[in-house]
Amino acid sequence: MRAAIILFPGINREGDVARALRQATGAEPAIVWHAEHELPPGVDLVVLPGGFSYGDYLRCGAIAARAPIMRAVGDHAARGGLVLGVCNGFQILCEAGLLPGVLMRNSQLRFICKMQHVRVENAQTPFTRRYAPGQVVKFAIAHGEGNFIADDDTIRRIEAEGRVAFRYCDIEGRVGDDTSPNGAINSIAGVFNDRFNVLGLMPHPENLIDPLVGGTDGRALFASLAA
Amino acid sequence: MKARVIVTLKSSVLDPQGKAIEGALKGLAVDGLSSVRQGKVFDIELDGDDHATARRKLSEACERLLANTIVENYAIEIA
Repeated sequence: MRAAIILFPGINREGDVARALRQATGAEPAIVWHAEHELPPGVDLVVLPGGFSYGDYLRCGAIAARAPIMRAVGDHAARGGLVLGVCNGFQILCEAGLLPGVLMRNSQLRFICKMQHVRVENAQTPFTRRYAPGQVVKFAIAHGEGNFIADDDTIRRIEAEGRVAFRYCDIEGRVGDDTSPNGAINSIAGVFNDRFNVLGLMPHPENLIDPLVGGTDGRALFASLAA
Repeated sequence: MKARVIVTLKSSVLDPQGKAIEGALKGLAVDGLSSVRQGKVFDIELDGDDHATARRKLSEACERLLANTIVENYAIEIA
């Protein structure tokens, strides 16, 4: 597994992602600057980490989504290569058109920073195969714009095709109108593209890989990718 | 040539920021407001003086960056 982490100005979770990848794969991920036009040769996985690219100017992820490297990321995805976007990375993938929908301002207008339970909705993908279907895991969330929306037809298609990766839930795995911390439709916390090789999610699995800092529920995601 | 691009949320999209501003204005006892929705304004200077060309370039700017047409509409005004 050769991984590349894309670094945009204002991104701040690249070190966390690198640590999680190192732990899972035993290999050092490449760090690729946004102004590059090509990915390093032989890259299997591209990760867009969290942060505040371009200070969230215009719309979250909008300017990063038009960076030179994103053409190469799009080509990589079109070839079936794996792409993971976390938090701001998820917003960038939506803005780039690699994932459907938009992440709007949290419905309560507050930045949310807390631990959050999510339910694994599809455990048959390269990102989630080390989880059990329906497994309830605890990730950290930290975002102001995680309110996922898309038009009705898109939501119907995402749901029918099993493209919801994770849903916000309570500790018992129950999903309801009151379990979405940010107003996201159907409590969607993460979605796949139509080929299941691109995943975007608001929670931070890369921060749950060490028992010293809150738990290890995020390890299975990186272990799935490394398997 | 000067132009103004106005980007607004589609009416079907909830605007919690507009709602919060609406609430604050009502708190200031500014009467007679039934609703507030927030948008963005871009003042853009263009080379040349052909309106049709300017409109085409600004449309491209909106479609490719200034607006996310999944949730936003845009309007172009050329001075």
